[in-house]
Amino acid sequence: MSEALKVEDLSVHYDTREGALQALRDVSITVPEGGIVGVVGESGCGKSTLINALLQLLPENATIPAGRITLQGEDVTRAGTRRLRQMRGQEISVVFQDPMTSLNPVLSIGRQMRDIQYRQQGSRAAKDSRSAAMLGRVGIPDPVGKLAAYPHELSGGMRQRVAIAMAALMRPRVLIADEPTTALDATLEVQIIELLKELQQEIGCAILFISHHLGVIAELCDRVVVMYAGVAVEEGPVADVFLRPGHPYTIKLIECDPGKLKEKVTDLPSIPGSLPDLTDPPAGCIFRPRCDRATEICATPPPRKGLNGAHWAACHHAKVDKA
Amino acid sequence: MTALLSLRDVVVEFPALRGLKALLAPPEKRRVRALDGISLDVLAGETLAVVGESGSGKTTLARAINGLVPLAGGQVSFDGMALDESPDWHAVRRRVAMMFQDPVGSLSPRKTVRDLVLEPFAIHGIRLQNRRDKAVELLADAGLGPDFLHRYPHQLSGGQARRVGVARALALTPALVLADEPTAGLDVSVQGEILNLMNRIKAEHGLTTLIITHNLNILRHIADRIAVMYLGRIVEIGPVERLLSDPAHPYTRALMAANPEPDPTARRERIVLKGETPALNARPPGCEFHPRCPVARPDCASRAPVLEPATTGGRVACHYPLTKETLSA
Amino acid sequence: MSAFRHTLMGRLLADPLAVFAMAIIALLVVSALLADVIAPHDPSAMNLADRFASPSATYWMGTDNLGRDTFSRLLQGGRIALYVALTAVSIAGLIGLILGMLAGFGPRWLDNALLFFFDTLRAYPTIILALALAALMPRGLGTVIIVVVITSFAEYGRVVRTQTLSLKNAEFILAERAMGASFARIVFHHILPNVLGPFFILAAMNLPVVITIEAGMSFLGIGVPPGTPSWGATLKDGFDYIRTTPWILLSGGLPLILATLGFTFLGEALRDQLDPRLRKTR
Ligand SMILES: Nc1ncnc2c1ncn2[C@@H]1O[C@H](COP(=O)(O)OP(=O)(O)O)[C@@H](O)[C@H]1O
Ligand SMILES: Nc1ncnc2c1ncn2[C@@H]1O[C@H](COP(=O)(O)OP(=O)(O)O)[C@@H](O)[C@H]1O
Ligand code: SF4
Ligand code: SF4
Ligand SMILES: [Mg+2]
Ligand SMILES: [Mg+2]
Repeated sequence: MSEALKVEDLSVHYDTREGALQALRDVSITVPEGGIVGVVGESGCGKSTLINALLQLLPENATIPAGRITLQGEDVTRAGTRRLRQMRGQEISVVFQDPMTSLNPVLSIGRQMRDIQYRQQGSRAAKDSRSAAMLGRVGIPDPVGKLAAYPHELSGGMRQRVAIAMAALMRPRVLIADEPTTALDATLEVQIIELLKELQQEIGCAILFISHHLGVIAELCDRVVVMYAGVAVEEGPVADVFLRPGHPYTIKLIECDPGKLKEKVTDLPSIPGSLPDLTDPPAGCIFRPRCDRATEICATPPPRKGLNGAHWAACHHAKVDKA
Repeated sequence: MTALLSLRDVVVEFPALRGLKALLAPPEKRRVRALDGISLDVLAGETLAVVGESGSGKTTLARAINGLVPLAGGQVSFDGMALDESPDWHAVRRRVAMMFQDPVGSLSPRKTVRDLVLEPFAIHGIRLQNRRDKAVELLADAGLGPDFLHRYPHQLSGGQARRVGVARALALTPALVLADEPTAGLDVSVQGEILNLMNRIKAEHGLTTLIITHNLNILRHIADRIAVMYLGRIVEIGPVERLLSDPAHPYTRALMAANPEPDPTARRERIVLKGETPALNARPPGCEFHPRCPVARPDCASRAPVLEPATTGGRVACHYPLTKETLSA
Repeated sequence: MSAFRHTLMGRLLADPLAVFAMAIIALLVVSALLADVIAPHDPSAMNLADRFASPSATYWMGTDNLGRDTFSRLLQGGRIALYVALTAVSIAGLIGLILGMLAGFGPRWLDNALLFFFDTLRAYPTIILALALAALMPRGLGTVIIVVVITSFAEYGRVVRTQTLSLKNAEFILAERAMGASFARIVFHHILPNVLGPFFILAAMNLPVVITIEAGMSFLGIGVPPGTPSWGATLKDGFDYIRTTPWILLSGGLPLILATLGFTFLGEALRDQLDPRLRKTR
């Protein structure tokens, strides 16, 4: 399988009053053609930074000191403005947490969907019928009628469906989903996950799915990358990472999910401590200040230890999978 | 046990239209019912969790209890007092503390943490011997050190801000705490800490709590009973264990099942609910859940069910409640 | 030390533009306050023998067409500019603050009525209003102040109203109500402090505008009474003799430019520092 999207040793720094804030450090992620890769991590781990880097939409105070991002073999960091605009929406598209980020409040949905097809041949009616077909596909009742609707006339769940329809309309090669279900109820969350799975099958695109929700990732993805404080700490097939996590952070994170605990407890697990200061990160392992397995050697950068096939963890003390 | 809080047929309405449109519309279209006949009791010392999709009226319920939104009907009584006909809210709110959904946004942005936790004393004119000591004590109880005294809300993480909210809610040792989504916006690694804190303080002070949440995973660990809301009504209420293992209302079951688990082997079959909650001004006839109900029968569209005792405990509003047998089938 | 770095003053001092602005303003304020002490001559004493004198040891910036000391008049002009600006901005600001809060808190009809009132006033060009009022009222600083107040309080009212409206339904205000806080406490402890930030920024940005309005009106001859050493009046005098004695024009123009720049830069620096959204990204 070839790669749809490849991030190699990417670092992103933000220029702040306190100095350079290292929001991403040497992150590598590969999304194969037609694969679904999840990135999971808590707030501040660099999820939004990663997406903005992929789309070349980083804020002005950001720099990329190292790394390469390639979309189907083409280096995104070197693409010109025109080429980037062409890529966004046609070859790579995004579904954001807040659908209003990608919807224009003053244009009708039909108009916005027609605008995305500006490169396409065909009459206005033909474009509209394509749009309506896609709206119907993502489960919007009365799709033809909805072309005339404005985003604010729809509920949150419906807006997210419209955003997905718009993202899928041009059959992009890569779809990026930035916490698309976080603002939705669990009942809608499962609907959206099912929808993404089906669309992915139909269009055959690759999906990079970003979330802090372990359950959603487990349900949807083939592979998962676990991020902590700007560092990818573990990566592997979903089943391996969730059933036999190797990195102490992943282990803790999975333990913390109260959904795991089928019996009532009065003392719920948590990870004591807080995120390190990214303008002055600890030497060696980034998780060291909160890790209960840390030893002296952890003050040196941990290697990526292969655990089992394509499953690795960046920890000095990670153990090889037994299964 | 006696009820510390009881609601009888509580109705809350909001204006649905504004300006000229409101004048032209027929009276029944001008307002929508966000709460439509809520009756429930919260017993002294218990924790009642209120769950339901967004828009089901959970926040409105909490706000109706302490008078932040006016009642259009029904009655709320707290500790034997009926809270109608302009009660002394100042006095009631001293004993009913509320935690809001947004941990940072519910803290006054230009006040320091010290002033924020002492705010209840200032509001109720309570003199303190040593303000700093009291602030330090309250913060310590919520797991924050004295180094936080002079921080501003925007300098706090979500979890830290939530702790300040907890410290402040407990400052005057209230009898009842209304907590609106106490884990919203918190990372999983922090959620546990906050819930442990609330559980501990609840046990120490014998607090009665009403927790609103859509985080179903935490229910088992924090609640004694659960009330499930749909379109401003309670559709099922009962003991937590029973509702989790043996939900009687199809909506409760769908809610409990719609909960992705971090276990890739658990790709179980679930009822994915069709569609979304209808708008408040387009309530379906009969059972309001029937357009989405996977087990609806023809008469559900014409006959409205009422809350009745369920065979397995608690009460449920459904003509054809689920049983253990239908569940496993 | 590091605590100071994070105070408003500390942050302003780290901004070169703000330091420059504050230096100019300090110079202006000190010279205005001490004008009587510093001034080498009586600003209105005419010395017809020394008309159009070039800058010299006696007349540092020369004299004007009536032989008055230009430098002394410049100092006196600063006093007038500051007096007009501060008075007019305070009065307009106070009116705007009160009306804006009323609009924000009041019932919908009051809000709509006040908004209509604000927008009508703001639509009126300052200079036309100035000419109209000047025709009705005696020339003098009072008239200048009234013109500025009428044309500018609506702007404060708008800003305060918008802030109040967005704060009124903020979750922290609901939280205060839920704790039993009184209306007065909510207004004075929680709404007002959050309204004042943008309000002061606007006021700082308006000071130079007022100074130029005063100068403009005096230049047109509808501001200060004849003979008053306002910068605008000096400019007008200087204009007539620009070919022979440019220092008269300069003594009105230079301080006007400096004062305007100083207050504008300070206003911008304040805005950058007080608006957390602008602060975060740098
Ligand atoms: N524009 C910015 N300037 C400075 N720091 C930033 C900026 N954007 C994000 N950061 C910091 O970078 C880190 C990663 O942020 P982000 O990518 O938003 O994480 P996530 O989306 O996982 O919560 C955080 O420490 C955050 O404070
Ligand atoms: N101030 C208000 N004005 C008009 N409608 C409101 C207001 N507050 C809530 N509502 C409506 O009442 C319903 C219940 O809302 P809410 O209590 O916030 O639900 P929940 O907390 O369960 O998400 C929603 O349809 C919402 O749009
Ligand atoms: S390298 Fe050391 S500190 Fe880091 S996660 Fe592994 S054991 Fe913990
Ligand atoms: S009454 Fe009928 S439609 Fe309503 S929940 Fe029960 S089975 Fe479903
Ligand atoms: Mg983010
Ligand atoms: Mg709510």
